[in-house]
Amino acid sequence: MNMLKIENLHARVEGKEILKGLSLSVNAGEVHAIMGPNGAGKSTLGNVLSGRDGYEVTAGSVTYNGVDLLALEPEARAAAGVFLAFQYPVEIPGVNNTYFLRAAFNAQRKARGEKEFDSMQFLKLVREKLKVMQISDELLHRAVNEGFSGGEKKRNEIFQMAVLEPQLAILDETDSGLDIDALKHVADGVNALRSPDRAFLMITHYQRLLDYVVPDFVHVLADGRIVESGDKSLALKLEEHGYAGLGEGAAA
Amino acid sequence: MNSSMINESSATTTLRDNAEVAEALGRSYTAGFVTEIEMTGLPPGLNEETVRQISAIKQEPAWMTEWRLEAYRHWLTMPKPDWAKLNIEPIDYQAISYYAAPKAGPKSLAEVDPALLETYEKLGIPLHERAALAGVAVDAVFDSVSVGTTFRKQLAEAGVLFCSMSEAIREYPEIVRQYLGSVVPTGDNFFAALNSAVFSDGSFVFIPKGVRCPMELSTYFRINAQNTGQFERTLIVAEEGSHVSYLEGCTAPKRDENQLHAAVVELVALEKAQIKYSTVQNWYPGDENGVGGIYNFVTKRGDCRGDDSKISWTQVETGSAITWKYPSVVLRGDRSVGEFYSVALTHHYQQADTGTKMIHLGKYTKSKIVAKGISAGRSSNSYRGLVKMEKGAEGARNYTQCDSLLIGKKCGAHTFPYMEVKNPTAIVEHEATTSKISDDQMFYCRSRGISEEDAVSMIVDGFCKQVFRELPMEFAVEAKKLLEVSLEGAVG
Repeated sequence: MNMLKIENLHARVEGKEILKGLSLSVNAGEVHAIMGPNGAGKSTLGNVLSGRDGYEVTAGSVTYNGVDLLALEPEARAAAGVFLAFQYPVEIPGVNNTYFLRAAFNAQRKARGEKEFDSMQFLKLVREKLKVMQISDELLHRAVNEGFSGGEKKRNEIFQMAVLEPQLAILDETDSGLDIDALKHVADGVNALRSPDRAFLMITHYQRLLDYVVPDFVHVLADGRIVESGDKSLALKLEEHGYAGLGEGAAA
Repeated sequence: MNSSMINESSATTTLRDNAEVAEALGRSYTAGFVTEIEMTGLPPGLNEETVRQISAIKQEPAWMTEWRLEAYRHWLTMPKPDWAKLNIEPIDYQAISYYAAPKAGPKSLAEVDPALLETYEKLGIPLHERAALAGVAVDAVFDSVSVGTTFRKQLAEAGVLFCSMSEAIREYPEIVRQYLGSVVPTGDNFFAALNSAVFSDGSFVFIPKGVRCPMELSTYFRINAQNTGQFERTLIVAEEGSHVSYLEGCTAPKRDENQLHAAVVELVALEKAQIKYSTVQNWYPGDENGVGGIYNFVTKRGDCRGDDSKISWTQVETGSAITWKYPSVVLRGDRSVGEFYSVALTHHYQQADTGTKMIHLGKYTKSKIVAKGISAGRSSNSYRGLVKMEKGAEGARNYTQCDSLLIGKKCGAHTFPYMEVKNPTAIVEHEATTSKISDDQMFYCRSRGISEEDAVSMIVDGFCKQVFRELPMEFAVEAKKLLEVSLEGAVG
């Protein structure tokens, strides 16, 4: 059974059809890169999968570990192991980063019928993850994303992912707006989290992230559908020739 | 230079356009029960005889009776205030009873009626000293009388006087006579005049020179009787170099008719004295259709009478159908400091018009105002504040920050800052923001596994952090819980 099976997905935003019959299968342990030109529907895919309001699915299905993912509320999807790293992480003034993360962590555990962590247990976990992610603990004492630089916000997303340990991680343009050092840091974080039980869906416009996080599969998303799939070499080909002229002869 | 500025900004925005928000603003008010206890009191109505009777019941000296009568006569000549941004049904002052008390009169703590002890127990305020909140002395006021004050012996050893106002008038008349009405004169405003005429009880605190009060002091006000107004009077005097931290809490049963609460609080800080006054106000706010609830018309003022003194108001206001309240500080002493930290939350049809006045008279006086307004449902929440720099306020400074948070699309938030600057060296700063809980914030929290309701209370808590930090620790926890309960179902 695939971990994630998207079949013939159609979705609308504000009455406009963005996804037009997207199909994709992802297995545990795989890293899939979704590439494509602006406006192809890349971010829409991430938002539909994580359940954002305002995205209306008009046809098709998404099955995650055998369950109808689209029937679940966003918080239930999170508890089931779906994680979205935001393209634009949101600031929550006055709410401590660690407090926020612990609330999320415990809400997910509670939803799964697991015992919640007390603050000592959680602190221990956070310390371990900090080491792996090479993040300064100064970030933890600040309010969620408030006053963070672009790079800090993205690293904070990856840090949240490390703590929440999702099964399916969707990275929405995590590389955008990062300089090369920040990009490497983020990539190191993602690589550290690769595991046979976890799948990644990396949405990106540029192939440079793929130099650091090498994907198992590369898909090209254009006009709401996957128009071409391949391995890492496809990304290099795209780098060379651009997105123009893609999709000719691709299976619908 | 003489400049003044009046600025109004108002905003009404939306969180989410779905119908659930509108209908789901249900809240559970856990303090809404009624205590069955035999009561005694005066029949409804107000005239000179009522004033004399209240004074007689309390066995007051003649000067006190006269003081009340003078206030009453003044009150008769005063027009009702209507300038606040509130819709108020006319109040029939003859339909209200001005005195209600449990029949078995005030006794020592050990003899307090078990039904009363149980009432306070249910409200989380145990009056048995053994069970009491550690390090907090409590004066419990039930309708028109104080039913008990804890830890009096320990306080007396430190020289601190903490008792009901009625008792203070009998036991310490010289102190009361010197300070009562010295901050809020009897004719100050309509409700202060009414209070001066008919006030029944309240708390009295006196901290002698150089004493740091060994524990937090608190008063818990409970309205129980029907058709009764509560008119409490609190006086806190901190002599030279003394310190005190005081907290009040308030609740009332759920009833369909509106009840009037018109309190006066006076604080006096002499040289180098510090008074910290915190309020957690949770009067019954009325139901989701705006029926019932307390009319909360309160005059609170502190006088930094001595140099280098400091008065700090912190309030968390979640209750009452209508709140009309401006805890203020008169910065008379040089280098004195006034602070006002406020969280006001309104829901359903609640209306709040609250803020502060900082009157700078002395040199190098400083004031700081942090006001946070949260509006949900169809409520209206206004900040009204005055910063006045008088001629002698050389080098005085004020910093004001007003933030409004809107939940839903039918509520309103308004800011009315008034500034009068008569000294060119004074500096007045004002910052105001209006925000809403954004869809992005909600989705961000939910995508991490946090439910909508928890997300709202987390965001609101973050919004209030600056104010909660000012509360004594136990009460900060209490305040946070109170906001959570008050926001139950705020987002559909």
